[in-house]
Amino acid sequence: MSEAVLTVEGLRTHFFTKAGVVKAVDDVSFSVGRGEVLGLVGESGSGKSMTGYSLMGLIDPPGRIVEGRIVLDGVDLRALTAEGMRNMRGNRIAMIFQDPMMTLNPVLRIDVQMIEAILAHDDVSHASARARARETLVKVGIPSPDERLEAYPHQFSGGMRQRVAIAIALLNDPDLIIADEPTTALDVTIQGQILYEMQKLARETGTALIWITHDLSVIAGLADRVSVMYAGRIVEQGTCDEVLGRPAHPYTQGLLDSVPSNNERGQRLRQIPGMTPSLLDLPPGCPFRERCAYANGECTESPAMRPAGGPGQTVRCFHPLVSLY
Amino acid sequence: MEPSDPDALVELRGVSKRFVKTLDVAARIGNAFGAGLKEEVVHAVDNVDLAVAPGEVVGLVGESGCGKSTLGRLAVGLLPLSSGERLWRGASLAHLPPAGARKQQLKMQMIFQDPYASLNPRMRVIDIVGEAPVAHGMIGPKQRTEYVGLVLNRVGLDPTLMRRYPHQFSGGQRARIGIARALAVKPEFVVCDESVAALDVSIQAQVLNLFIELRTALNLTYLFISHDLGVVRFISDRVVVMYLGRVVESGPSAELFAYPNHPYTIALLAEVGKVQPGKRTFVPIKGEIPSPLDPPRGCHFHPRCPFAMDRCRESAPPLRDIAPGHRSACFLNDTHE
Repeated sequence: MSEAVLTVEGLRTHFFTKAGVVKAVDDVSFSVGRGEVLGLVGESGSGKSMTGYSLMGLIDPPGRIVEGRIVLDGVDLRALTAEGMRNMRGNRIAMIFQDPMMTLNPVLRIDVQMIEAILAHDDVSHASARARARETLVKVGIPSPDERLEAYPHQFSGGMRQRVAIAIALLNDPDLIIADEPTTALDVTIQGQILYEMQKLARETGTALIWITHDLSVIAGLADRVSVMYAGRIVEQGTCDEVLGRPAHPYTQGLLDSVPSNNERGQRLRQIPGMTPSLLDLPPGCPFRERCAYANGECTESPAMRPAGGPGQTVRCFHPLVSLY
Repeated sequence: MEPSDPDALVELRGVSKRFVKTLDVAARIGNAFGAGLKEEVVHAVDNVDLAVAPGEVVGLVGESGCGKSTLGRLAVGLLPLSSGERLWRGASLAHLPPAGARKQQLKMQMIFQDPYASLNPRMRVIDIVGEAPVAHGMIGPKQRTEYVGLVLNRVGLDPTLMRRYPHQFSGGQRARIGIARALAVKPEFVVCDESVAALDVSIQAQVLNLFIELRTALNLTYLFISHDLGVVRFISDRVVVMYLGRVVESGPSAELFAYPNHPYTIALLAEVGKVQPGKRTFVPIKGEIPSPLDPPRGCHFHPRCPFAMDRCRESAPPLRDIAPGHRSACFLNDTHE
């Protein structure tokens, strides 16, 4: 792997609610290299989006990052002031959200929004900012950019709106883009177009990409490395081939088995019993043990990440499904 | 049009659904002065034939705005037809007396997409599931508790939870409540409109397994509407692909997925992710779905089709048999002959 753009160590983001402490992100560590695509997979409530928000410094009370280091290109993001973090956000580190209608301001034209994002971080003339905005729209595949710059968000289709959101993220050539389920709300053919653009951009610009999704098939085609999250923790990490080809964690295996296209038609799906535990006052030990076929007394202790399977693969389980090879 | 299929449980013959935005007073006054404003008409479903045999699972796929949900609602009788005919076991449903229509209607039920929006938050589960069978006189009010318990058991919910409200359940459990509500009146034909789309993968697998169990246990017939081709391939015997209000291809599931014929189906299948490690290059089909307010002339897919010919811009290709049970609406099939 090339030198890391982003290193996250022992990140914990907890929400201190009246009902108790919700450990939304609990001891998460990973790194992303230049031009690398890291897939962050998990079901709803697994903490994958909260990990993204934590990196962006977007956690609101009652939530708080209680522990951990987030280092972007040698800069410790947690040590920055609010002002310093604002200079990073949208500049060195950008985020694309699931719903582009929430990202874009409905009463401002696209050019106003894009130029504002450039001038916030760069001391350039209005005209050159506009030229850069136009250029970026071309880069993400928006036809007739001059007309589109003067349009309002509601005049775009869903897929085009998401392209604009991606263009805004790209404006200042960030080192890292966090994409939080950006294609989930889109039709498959439009999703294919967006994935094609993103794959091309990551390759050409060398921007590191964290792709947050619940869709394993997107990850399989797009990512270099995968982190699987469950109940606020990363339970398995490794290259795409390792994790999806020879999963070591019973949860990863269960997730892959649940995908209908991996199963024989008309047969019962191999399902994971039960459901995701509530993160509120989660008892110690492996959070998956209630649903796991391999769990035993040992699992009431919290397992640590340990190597398993291929050279890059680590797993948080006492009973990994594959041994080191 | 095909002759009516005597074996079909439900059959739609040449049905269309148009949604018309009528002119308001201001527009009519404007027209009196020669503004020339026209009514806006959306052809949500355009002359579609669909037959579902007893015990069959038909998957209906397409992207948003293609009319698949509207067709589902037409099939179940939630929307009136603009034109065409709806048959139940070979007999038209249009001219039945109200009481007879009500009785037939019970045999067809729908399970909706959103397990949050489709359950009344102010009703307890026992009322949600038990209301219809009591109202239709299938059970007496006193048997309600016992009956609802049986139905909940059937869908894998604990009957002791029947006095709870929907918000006290998880997404997967709510999906099961929606299924229980539909099954409570003992339907023969169930339309599932994106019924697993809102669920997580592991919960989706559990609910899909439930659909398969219920199908064999209760001898149900499904029209399964989904945008997720992986789900449709898994559950369906036969697949119908829609694009902008028209059926472009239909055929047995195994055959259609192995040998797709219509360029749109081919493009759609290329986007179905398989969870196979190894990077793939995403090859996009160009363009977007045109607005159904102003669909393109001829074949609706021609502006995005890599094989479009002059003919495709002029007239719409009819659905033709290309193999037994496999039909496709594309002029390319003519040139191969």
